[in-house]
Amino acid sequence: MIHQVGDLIPTRDAFGDELLSLGAQVPELVVLEADISKSTRTCRFAERFPGRFFQMGVAEANMMVAAAGLSTTGWIPVVSTYAIFASMRACEQVRTQVAYPGLNVKIAVSHGGITPANDGVTHQATEDLGILRTIPNMTVIMPADYYATRALVKAAVAHRGPVYLRFTRDAVPVIYSPDDVFEIGCGKHLRSGGDVSLVAIGDMVCQALAAADLLAHRGIAADVLDIHTLKPLDDALILQSAARTRHVVTVEDHQVRGGLGSAVAELLGEELPTPLHRIGLRDTFAESGPYDRLLDKYGMDASAICAAA
Amino acid sequence: MAGDTGARYGAEIDRLRRQAQVVRRDILTMIHAARSGHPGGSLSAADIVTALYFHVLHLDPAHPDWPDRDRFVLSKGHACPVWYACLAERGFFPVEELLTLRALGGRLQGHPDMRKTPGVDMTTGSLGQGLSAGIGMALGLRLAGRAARVYVMLGDGELNEGQIWEAALSAAKYRLDNLTAIIDYNNLQLDGTCDEVMPIEPLADKWRAFGWHVLEIDGHDMAAILHAFDAAQARVEAPTVLIATTIKGRGVSFMEGDPDWHGRAPNDREYAAALAELQTDGGQP
Repeated sequence: MIHQVGDLIPTRDAFGDELLSLGAQVPELVVLEADISKSTRTCRFAERFPGRFFQMGVAEANMMVAAAGLSTTGWIPVVSTYAIFASMRACEQVRTQVAYPGLNVKIAVSHGGITPANDGVTHQATEDLGILRTIPNMTVIMPADYYATRALVKAAVAHRGPVYLRFTRDAVPVIYSPDDVFEIGCGKHLRSGGDVSLVAIGDMVCQALAAADLLAHRGIAADVLDIHTLKPLDDALILQSAARTRHVVTVEDHQVRGGLGSAVAELLGEELPTPLHRIGLRDTFAESGPYDRLLDKYGMDASAICAAA
Repeated sequence: MAGDTGARYGAEIDRLRRQAQVVRRDILTMIHAARSGHPGGSLSAADIVTALYFHVLHLDPAHPDWPDRDRFVLSKGHACPVWYACLAERGFFPVEELLTLRALGGRLQGHPDMRKTPGVDMTTGSLGQGLSAGIGMALGLRLAGRAARVYVMLGDGELNEGQIWEAALSAAKYRLDNLTAIIDYNNLQLDGTCDEVMPIEPLADKWRAFGWHVLEIDGHDMAAILHAFDAAQARVEAPTVLIATTIKGRGVSFMEGDPDWHGRAPNDREYAAALAELQTDGGQP
């Protein structure tokens, strides 16, 4: 089934679809799950490849290190849970047992940012990217839509070494086509404009695109970058854009401290000091509510991006 | 039972006892050279780890990554001097390299690093992690159709960690009869006895309740150790745990049972006195 641009689909669905596809293509692929397979969409893999699916129960720390052990016997484990649990409940396990030895474990998490909007703060991971980004050997990815997710999950499994992949619980619009090509560490230049750089990640890429449309009506031409790989950061793409526009706005579904905003601030501060605005949660927890209403309330939607630009 | 095994293994037991004394001398030599390290828990585990490396494990020191090798995980990673000593004496790297324990740029890190030390199958040192890693290895080996077995040594103190019990549940769920856990039950943690810090008894009952095959042995009785590993291999459909009663600092009279020797190096005088005690072949308890 081909999804059209604008169709609303959670990226966790794309993860589930790609996992099923990879199960047939990659015989070394195994999946570990912490009792939320219906939500993370690993249930489809579990039905099709039961011998390569390990239901580890509500015990993320054990699951993470079991995946590390599995990887040493030649398997490629995909660890599935929510972002909040992989990045914080099992944080030290990720750091010491997966990243330190550089094991070939893929940490694939749903419920990134405030996308589990109605669930509230306990299930909203808004600090995970900052945590994961500081860990050596770790690659950190958040795809923007269904097709970016399909491609980057496949690329992550082909990549040797630990990868953190973050998906959305709630639906986001399709912005890419099945033919678009994605490479880990290489951002996508989606719009060209010389007035302001909108540097976005994950579910905020569509908000940046919407903001670019609003800005165009006002005669402001925005450069829009999809930085799907937070680490390693595509320094060259960001610096080229910043050099053209001399004004950068970062956009992320995360605290403005620690994630994309910080990464870009570090880069610009060292290489090309440029005026910078960061869109994201500003040292606050969110709350329960509809996803779009939360984006509005916490200043993360297209109109807030326009105001910053 | 131990008597039967003693008759069966005969001279093997004497050979292993002598080997364990060599390992104990290595432990003290490297910690003395490094001027830091953990002698107490290394000495308590010395007989069991020696039995594993010189009798039980199927290994090829010339090919440390041989896919069909048995795996050993030292979950109580601070006792790595006993692991390094066994690996060196078994031929994974030169015995002289033991003197580089904890040295800058060296391969023998303060806690085990699978990327630096030949023969180390899992990075450990943060307590409570090793059993989970062993479960992943046991699942992976079984799924690959390999007959290799996995052995994980746990400290008694790290049984305080909740993750150990998450792991215990999952090993029983998957009926990992290719997995054997060994608890080095020396009854001393860093801050005091197990009872003082966090009581873990009734320990055998806990593991039985979690679905494990439980064996209780004297962890310094080489015949009992070999018998227990035989029994663990014979058991099907369940993981086995050996609860091995040991003495922290075993083999050096002034270290035995003294929590002060958990994590400090002997000075020159103490080192000489310890080596003098370890010249014998090790008494049978």
